[in-house]
Amino acid sequence: MPVNETVGDLNLDEYKYDFITTSEPVFRAQKGLSEEVVRQISAHKDEPEWMLDFRLKALKVYESKPMPKWGGDLDGLEAVLDEIYFYVRPQDQMERSWDDVPDEIKNTFEKLGIPEAERKVLAGVGAQYESEMVYHSLREEWQKQGVIFDSIEDGLKNHPELFREHFGTIIPTGDNKFSAMNSAVWSGGSFVYVPKGVSLDTPLQAYFRVNQERMGQFERTLIIIDEGAQAHYIEGCTAPVYSTESFHSGVIEIIVKDNARFRYTTIQNWSNNMYNLVTQRAIVGAGGHMEWLDGNLGSKLTMKYPSCYLMGEGAHGEILSIAYSGDGQHQDTGGKVVHVAPYTTSSIVSKSISKGTGRSTYRGLCKVHEGAHHARSNVECDALLINDTSRTDTYPYIEIEESDASVGHEASVSKIGEEQLFYLTSRGIRADEAMAMIVRGFIEPIAKQLPLEYAVELNRLIEMEMEGSVG
Amino acid sequence: MSDVPVLRIEGLEAKVAESELGILNGLDLQIGKGEIHAIMGPNGSGKSTLAKVLAGHPGYEVTSGTVTFRGEDLLTLEADERSLAGVFLAFQYPVEIAGVSIANFLRTAVQAHLPEGEELDIFDFSDILTERMAMLDMDVTFAERHVNDGFSGGEKKRNEILQMAMLKPKLAVMDETDSGLDIDALKIVADGVNKLLAEDPDMSVLLITHYQRLLDYIKPHHVHVMVDGRIVESGGPEVALELEANGYRTYETIEPSANGSAPVA
Repeated sequence: MPVNETVGDLNLDEYKYDFITTSEPVFRAQKGLSEEVVRQISAHKDEPEWMLDFRLKALKVYESKPMPKWGGDLDGLEAVLDEIYFYVRPQDQMERSWDDVPDEIKNTFEKLGIPEAERKVLAGVGAQYESEMVYHSLREEWQKQGVIFDSIEDGLKNHPELFREHFGTIIPTGDNKFSAMNSAVWSGGSFVYVPKGVSLDTPLQAYFRVNQERMGQFERTLIIIDEGAQAHYIEGCTAPVYSTESFHSGVIEIIVKDNARFRYTTIQNWSNNMYNLVTQRAIVGAGGHMEWLDGNLGSKLTMKYPSCYLMGEGAHGEILSIAYSGDGQHQDTGGKVVHVAPYTTSSIVSKSISKGTGRSTYRGLCKVHEGAHHARSNVECDALLINDTSRTDTYPYIEIEESDASVGHEASVSKIGEEQLFYLTSRGIRADEAMAMIVRGFIEPIAKQLPLEYAVELNRLIEMEMEGSVG
Repeated sequence: MSDVPVLRIEGLEAKVAESELGILNGLDLQIGKGEIHAIMGPNGSGKSTLAKVLAGHPGYEVTSGTVTFRGEDLLTLEADERSLAGVFLAFQYPVEIAGVSIANFLRTAVQAHLPEGEELDIFDFSDILTERMAMLDMDVTFAERHVNDGFSGGEKKRNEILQMAMLKPKLAVMDETDSGLDIDALKIVADGVNKLLAEDPDMSVLLITHYQRLLDYIKPHHVHVMVDGRIVESGGPEVALELEANGYRTYETIEPSANGSAPVA
C-alpha cells in the first residue's frame, strides 16, 4: 500500500477493507447465541469437522452452566448477551466512520497525543499501514527460525496437527461458563509456536498482526514455547479501545515447556460499558519460567485471574497485575498459582487503584499440592484509594496440602494522604499533578517492567484520570 | 536590613481545621531581606503550626490576622502557589513518596517553578542537580532513590536541603531541622544551609527549633521566644543563650496561656 495514499475519504476506506472479500456473499450471524450461529461461524471459517464438534459440545456446556454467583455483578449481563452478535466478520466491523466515534473517546486520543492514523485503528475505523513494513521484516526473520506467529484461524488451517494437539488442553471447555462460551464462538486471536532453543529478542506484538482484522470479542489465543525457548508476547494498548460491543470474553492458553521462558504482557483499556471476562492460564514445565504482566483499565466489570500451573520441578510462575477502577467500574482481578511439582516458586504482585465510586477486588488462589515439597510462594497485594467513595476488597485463598512449603501473603490498603499531597504541593507541584505522581509511584514496581512506550502511555493516562480528582 | 520586610505577620490566629483547637493566638513577626530569625519555644507552643500555616497546610485554618509576603497576601495562595512565590518549608518529618525518584520529583518541582510555557531542558536540569549535590557533598546515586523511602533521619534532612538548593527560595522556613540528627549530621545540614546563604545573601531564613545547638552552626540575627501561640520575647542571639541556661519556665509563668489555664506549677 503506498504511504501517500490518504486515509479519510470514506469511500476509499470501504474499498480498502473490502478488497479481500468483495466476491464473498454478505454474512451476518443473528443476534444472540444458538446452534445455528455456531454452525454459521464454523462454516464461514471453513473449519474441519472436529472443530465444529468442539464448538457444538462447548455450546451445550455453556448452556448447562449457571451464571457465576461470585465476583462482580453479572445481573445485567443476560440482557446484554441477548442483544449481541456473536460473530461479525472483520470487514463488517470496519463499517464505521470516524464521525461515529464519541467525542469523549476522540478527546482522550487527543490528550494522549496518539497520532492520527493510530487513533483510527483504535477506534476501529482504520488500519495502520506503516506498521506492515516493520512487521514483514520481523516476520521473515521469525520464519527463518521456525517461529509461527499467525492468526488463530491460520494456525488451525496451516498447522493442524500442532494446533489440535494443544488446543483446549490447558483451559478445558468446561472450566467455567465463559470459557465454554468462548470455545463455542471463538474468533480472532493468535497462534504462536516458538521452537526448541529459539530465543526471540523482539517481542511478538499482537498489534502488528491484528492491524487489519481487529481483535474479536471472543479472542482465542494459543501459545506454545518449546523446550529452552524464550519469548515475550505483547497484546493490547493503554489507549482506550472504543467498541460498540459491550462484551468481551477471551481464552488464552499458554504452554511453557521445560526450561523455556515466556512473558505475556497485556494492557487493556476498555470503554466503560464493557463486561470483560477472560480466562488465561499457563502450564509450566520443569525449570520453566512464566510471567503474566496484566494491566486492566476501563470496562464496567472485569473478571480476570491469570494462572500458572507449575507442573515440573523448579518451575517458576509470576503474576504482576495493575488494576484501575474509575467511577462505576469494578475490577475483580488477581491471579492463581498452583504448585504441583517440588521446588516450584511463584510470586503474585497486585496493585489496584480505585477512584470515585470505583471498586477493585483482589481475588487470588495459591494452591500447593501434596508432593510439591519445598514450594515457595509470595503474594503481595496493595490497594490505593483515591476518594472516600472508592472501595477495595481482598480475597486471598490459600490451600496447602504439603507440609514442607512456604507461603507468604501481604496486603496493604492506603489512601492518598493529606501529608503526601502537602509535601509535594509545598514544592510548587499542582495538586492534581501531585496526585498523579503518587499514583505513578504506587504502580512503579510494575510499570517499570513494561516496554517503554506502554509505560509512557500508562503514565499519561493516569495523569488524565487524576485531573479534577482533587478537592 | 531592608525597608519592606520579606515577611510580615500581624495578629495571626490559627486553629486545627474543623476543630475549636486554637494554636496560634495573635502572633506578630517581621523578617527583613537576608535576615536569619530563630523561633524557639517549648513543645506545644505552636512553632511547627506556624511553619505549616506559612506553607499553606490544609489542616489548619487561619481565623484572624494577616501574612504579607513580599507585599503579597500569602494567605489567599494555595500551597503550590506559595512555593512558586518563593516560600520554602523544610519539613520536620519529610514524607515518603514510594516509587518516585528524587530526580523525578525535583524535575517536576523545578519545571513547576518555570514561567508558563517554558520547558525545562533535561540536560540543563541534570547538570544543575549534579552541581547542587556536589555542593552538598551528596553522592549522585542519591537522586535515583525514592523520595524519603527508607532514608535515615540525616538523609531525610539533607534531602530537604537539596530541594531548597534546587528551588532557591526567598524565604526558607526550617521546621526543627535539627531534630533527630546526631552532631555530625547536624553539621552537614547546617553547612549546606550556610553555603546557600553565602550564595544568596538576600535569602531570609526562619529557623524553628527547640534547642540552642542548631544556632551554634547557623547564626541568627534575631531570636524570638514563642509560648502559647505568640511571641513573648524578641532579641539578639543572647536570648537563645539565656534560654539554654534557664529553660522556658520563666516565660510560662509570666505569660499565662490564652485560654486562662494555669501554668504548670
